[in-house]
Amino acid sequence: MSISTPPPLAIIEEGIPQTSDRKRNRTTKIRGFRPGFWVYAGLGVVLLSAVFPYYWSFLIGSGDASTINDPNMSWIPGGNFIANASSVVNDPAVNFWPALWNSIYSSTLIAAAVVITSTLAGWAFAKLRFPGSKALLVFVVATMAVPMQLGVVPLYILFADLGWTGQIGAIIIPALTSAFGVFWMTQYLQQSVPDELIEAARVDGASMIRTFWVVGVTAARPAAAMLFLFTFVGAWNNFFWPFIVLDRQNPTLPVALSLLQSNYFVDYSVVLAGVLLSTIPLLILFAFAGKQLVSGIMAGAVKG
Amino acid sequence: MTSTATRPTASGPAGRPSPERAPRVLSFSHKLSKWDLKLSPYLYISPFFIVFAIVGLFPIAYTAVISFQDWDLVRNSGEFVGFQQYIWILENPQFWTALRNTFSIFLLSTIPQLVLAIFIAAMLDRNIRAKTFWRMGVLLPYVMAPVAVALIFSNMFGDNHGLVNNILTDIGLQPIPWHKDPFWSHVAIATMVNFRWTGYNALILLAAMQAIPRDYYEAATVDGAGAFRQFTSITVPSLRPTLIFVIITSTIGGLQIFDEPRMYDNTGEGGAAQQWLTITLFLYNIGWREWNFGRAAALAWILFLIILVIGLINLLVTRRLVRDEGGRGVVSPRKKGFRR
Repeated sequence: MSISTPPPLAIIEEGIPQTSDRKRNRTTKIRGFRPGFWVYAGLGVVLLSAVFPYYWSFLIGSGDASTINDPNMSWIPGGNFIANASSVVNDPAVNFWPALWNSIYSSTLIAAAVVITSTLAGWAFAKLRFPGSKALLVFVVATMAVPMQLGVVPLYILFADLGWTGQIGAIIIPALTSAFGVFWMTQYLQQSVPDELIEAARVDGASMIRTFWVVGVTAARPAAAMLFLFTFVGAWNNFFWPFIVLDRQNPTLPVALSLLQSNYFVDYSVVLAGVLLSTIPLLILFAFAGKQLVSGIMAGAVKG
Repeated sequence: MTSTATRPTASGPAGRPSPERAPRVLSFSHKLSKWDLKLSPYLYISPFFIVFAIVGLFPIAYTAVISFQDWDLVRNSGEFVGFQQYIWILENPQFWTALRNTFSIFLLSTIPQLVLAIFIAAMLDRNIRAKTFWRMGVLLPYVMAPVAVALIFSNMFGDNHGLVNNILTDIGLQPIPWHKDPFWSHVAIATMVNFRWTGYNALILLAAMQAIPRDYYEAATVDGAGAFRQFTSITVPSLRPTLIFVIITSTIGGLQIFDEPRMYDNTGEGGAAQQWLTITLFLYNIGWREWNFGRAAALAWILFLIILVIGLINLLVTRRLVRDEGGRGVVSPRKKGFRR
């Protein structure tokens, strides 16, 4: 998905640090000298350790069952990756394709729902005055400290009553909103939309919903894109609740991986081929949107 | 934005005698717009609160109810037993083992991780070429699912043919019992957590570093402070609020660790002698292996109380440590749900 640049009405450019601005005012500063060899060497080591597990799973995943036990194993990948991958994909006990599809559509739905509900609530908290808004926002932030574990027993009973255990709906419904999302959008909209703009729209006779649509949604776009990304990654990797409520007939990818281990724990080449296979979709996402993830983390941490 | 003294005739509060003066009649569209103004905010926040009430608030309250019951799965109802479930948990040696393991893994995966993250952030903060490339590289582990990370690392930390032990024996050292020994199993699990989160936290700290005014460094250079002295006297103190914030979010996430210990071996029970049993894994075993929901609910509340207590301690320490640094790097809460 493409990330549009913030519209001109975002007067205060604080939400997302722009590296280009930084570069200009930092090259002239005291630490503006190009660093020496050691910094690059250090970063190189960090990068290697970040890549290594990916490479290791490809290395083992391209071998066979005996590779892992071979004391003189080679660091060059073998030729068995396709064979191992196909035994993962074609294993009826693992249900790889349904799992992939479940992961894609549940993560997409969850991320879209979180963006919509968070933008609505964030707009109200940031820009509309109403009795109780402060207390309610504090309440929203407080819910962030509540662990998922505190709700799983009744949730499971509830979904078992409805006959939804094993259904993907059981992992989508609890994730439709996010306290963090509301807080994130509130913060962003507070910074990026001047009050005069809303007053102008109101004076011009725009209804509340129209003001939200024209001013709020337009301004929220960059933050909404980031929220979508982070929610998607989080939903894709989520394990605890899906593992409880889903079964082997209808898993998501992480749940399928846990089944893979119990099926093939002697043959690590198949397990690790499956691991790499299940990571590829997110690697593709990362290739396209990694930059946004980086600036999202850096924007969420500190208001510069 | 406040409403004027004129009240529409229709919407006067009940029981109030209408004033002598005939009120100014408002046009229909004006009335509509007033209601629009009053009600809209609540309408906008309602989706969040409705969903939260159903899947957040209700389960939390109901967990409290179930924790005082002996839950019968067949009849789908419980029988009140008072504090019996809590007593069972607190008297169970496995709970204390799980508590010890959870804290041990938490410490092993927080302290080294933060030290590393500060140094990585410091390197990224230099005026390096291809900034975006390095930042993305550091974040690469974050997109791998914890389950996948756990599978790869538990293979590397295999007791007999694992990569790490092979290397150790190659250079003439003793192999390490990664699965048999509690401490080493914690190290292995903490390594998985560190792999995934170090880069993420480095980027947060990097953002905080970039908020430090460059004049400080200029002044320090003029005063003759070297790079290392600048790092310890300017960079690290300025990072304090952000560091504390990262520690708090790590705490909330770290005490809930489940995925990595669940996948560390193929049975997923936390080891033959509970070497790496964590609280949430214990909760899963009680709830969905032994199917005892009363005990699981009680354990969930105990976990929540532990998180609250640790969080409060964090907050008090924070208040003690963070003096107002004149707005250097204002911290804002971020998502704990991103963590694990």
